[in-house]
Amino acid sequence: MWSISKIASLVHEWLSNTFSATWVTVFEMVIAGVLVISLFAVLGLILVMMERKVSAWIQIRLGPNRVGPKGMFQSAADTVKLLVKEGMTPNGADKLLFNVAPFLAIVVSMLLMAPLAFAKDFTLWDINIGVLYVSAISSVSVISILMAGWASNNKYSLMGAMRSGAQIVSYELSAGLSIMAIVVLTGSLNFNDIILSQADGWWIFKGHLPIWIAFIVFLIAVTAETNRAPFDLAEAESELTAGFHTEYSGMKFALFFLAEYVNVFIVCAIGATLFLGGWMPFHIGHWDGFNHIMDFIPSSLWFFGKTFFLIFLIMWFRWSFPRLRIDQLLNLEWKYLLPISMVNILLVTAMAILKWHF
Amino acid sequence: MVEEIGTTQDGDLIINVGPQHPATHGVLHLVITLHGETIKKVEPHLGYIHRSIEKMCESLTYRQFIYVTSRMDYLSSHINNHGCALLVERAMQIEVPARAQVIRVLMDELTRIASHELWWGAMAMDLGAFTPFFHAFREREMINEIMEDTCGARLTMNYMVPGGVQEDIHPDFVRKVKEFIALFKRKVDEYDEMVTDNIIFRKRMENVGVISAADAISYGLSGPSLRGSGVSCDVRKYYPYDVYNQVQFEEIIETGGDSLARYMVRIREMKQSISIIEQLLDGIPDGDFCAKTKAVIKLPKGEFYQRVETARGELGIYVVSEGATTPYRIKFRSPGFSNLSALDHMARGSKIGDLVAMMGTLDLVIPDIDR
Repeated sequence: MWSISKIASLVHEWLSNTFSATWVTVFEMVIAGVLVISLFAVLGLILVMMERKVSAWIQIRLGPNRVGPKGMFQSAADTVKLLVKEGMTPNGADKLLFNVAPFLAIVVSMLLMAPLAFAKDFTLWDINIGVLYVSAISSVSVISILMAGWASNNKYSLMGAMRSGAQIVSYELSAGLSIMAIVVLTGSLNFNDIILSQADGWWIFKGHLPIWIAFIVFLIAVTAETNRAPFDLAEAESELTAGFHTEYSGMKFALFFLAEYVNVFIVCAIGATLFLGGWMPFHIGHWDGFNHIMDFIPSSLWFFGKTFFLIFLIMWFRWSFPRLRIDQLLNLEWKYLLPISMVNILLVTAMAILKWHF
Repeated sequence: MVEEIGTTQDGDLIINVGPQHPATHGVLHLVITLHGETIKKVEPHLGYIHRSIEKMCESLTYRQFIYVTSRMDYLSSHINNHGCALLVERAMQIEVPARAQVIRVLMDELTRIASHELWWGAMAMDLGAFTPFFHAFREREMINEIMEDTCGARLTMNYMVPGGVQEDIHPDFVRKVKEFIALFKRKVDEYDEMVTDNIIFRKRMENVGVISAADAISYGLSGPSLRGSGVSCDVRKYYPYDVYNQVQFEEIIETGGDSLARYMVRIREMKQSISIIEQLLDGIPDGDFCAKTKAVIKLPKGEFYQRVETARGELGIYVVSEGATTPYRIKFRSPGFSNLSALDHMARGSKIGDLVAMMGTLDLVIPDIDR
């Protein structure tokens, strides 16, 4: 059966037979890097397209339909447009910070891509502290936003950045605690171990109510962490015109834009990995025939299917809900989500100790 | 003394919202003083779209000046025209045919629905929900088509003239309005489901921009904005014109005084407008659509005042006539101008995110404010 892991091992075999061990490592690193970057670009294009089509569908519009069949090349055309636009640096801006900020944003998203398990036995960087790594690196993204907002020398940008800082730092707590629920149950920080622990059923089915609560808190928290509506206060266009990226244009703006979409993909991939079994197929108890058919679907399809389902959910939020106010946003986190997730983690721990889960 | 550009002595930020800003829906310029996220002062700067309509009217005849008024509050151009026509009719003692009176009221109420729909969509968009805007425009488009059939225009109608209306209604008018009403009744409930009952929306609106009845009156608020503070002020009830005294409708009053109350007034008003249209639609009397009037209208010497209830509030038209073919002086009392004046009072002490909610529920149309 066709699978990514097979191709990967074929490439590895061929490289090992042809080159010395050092060169194999170097080549594999280069290949992995190129793969991540191209996956990154492709994901950006696909997600922007998907967002526009989903929003069009929700808003009874057609969406882009001129460039290519059904408008599929619209985002490619937009990318070209953004590439040839002038990337201006406003007068009075802190030039270094202003120009570094978008790259920091994109680098953070690229780093986050490394430990994800895209398919069975296919992880770019299989580290044993994957979950911790993701939580740590994702908190760096707030620095790029703060840099962009501060360096722009624009009051709207500054306010957007400050809002974003308060928001991301707060919501990281809930996101971290809901992730911890799964870590407690599996006893591992490694993404592959977490996925393997779901071979007999995804955590969302095995974990009873506490995991449902953790999943919902996770969804809310990551929506806020990625600055997506209804938590898009950092760029609230009706209040702050465009928030932290008001002054950005051309490719520098596009990098922020791309980073936002890839971040959405990454958090959804993490959600799918932790709660929905990653690349693990859907199995029902002892229905061997059914399970066998499910196994036949490639693991990468399972992974991307689940991830895109979550992405669709987040897009659905964006096009349905009004935006919260800044004080309501912080109240929601500190007065509701955080206490809920703290109690929840106790429940999950009790559940893990008493082996109540399936 | 301003120590640094854009900050006050106390270190508060001064921010220019507008004249080009996504939330102002036009060229409104607000200079706001911010302490962190909290608003300390809102100062509207006007004049960006001033076209000196009042002065222009002094050189236009009583038939011509009606067309200029379509450009004031362009979302209720029918109602502006209606007010002007009423003023001339009253001054000249022109008897308007029953058919014209009914048509005018029908058009007024359709305009009110269209205006409130645009307000609803735009306000939801200001609060960050984009989808309602498109849903509102879907239904508003049907009204625009109805208008286009009869008046030939979609925004600046110029349909009502002294003595009646310019043309008879289109043969499809009644059928299309019935189709629209049948659909719209379901859609209003959908609006409630989508926006009104949304918890985030409620939290954004409740206790935001509160203005007491006394303050609202002293700032000269009118229309739905005043009725949201619990003051009964509907011109259609107190000074009924045309057939408004023959139809049954409820004057919507909410006592909250906050943004949610003003919002609910408008949502419920749409339902009342539908009921008015339903009462009149089947019994449009036969006859002339316009009274016979003299070719040249000369208003008798004196002062005339006519008020109408537009979608935004009370529009007053004050004409001083010297007995010539053109008015000596015209003054419009536009609802938007007075409504805007209360913004500073409402906004002080609230967050910058609330400003858009307040501006939204005041339903500001900038050409109406500036004229």
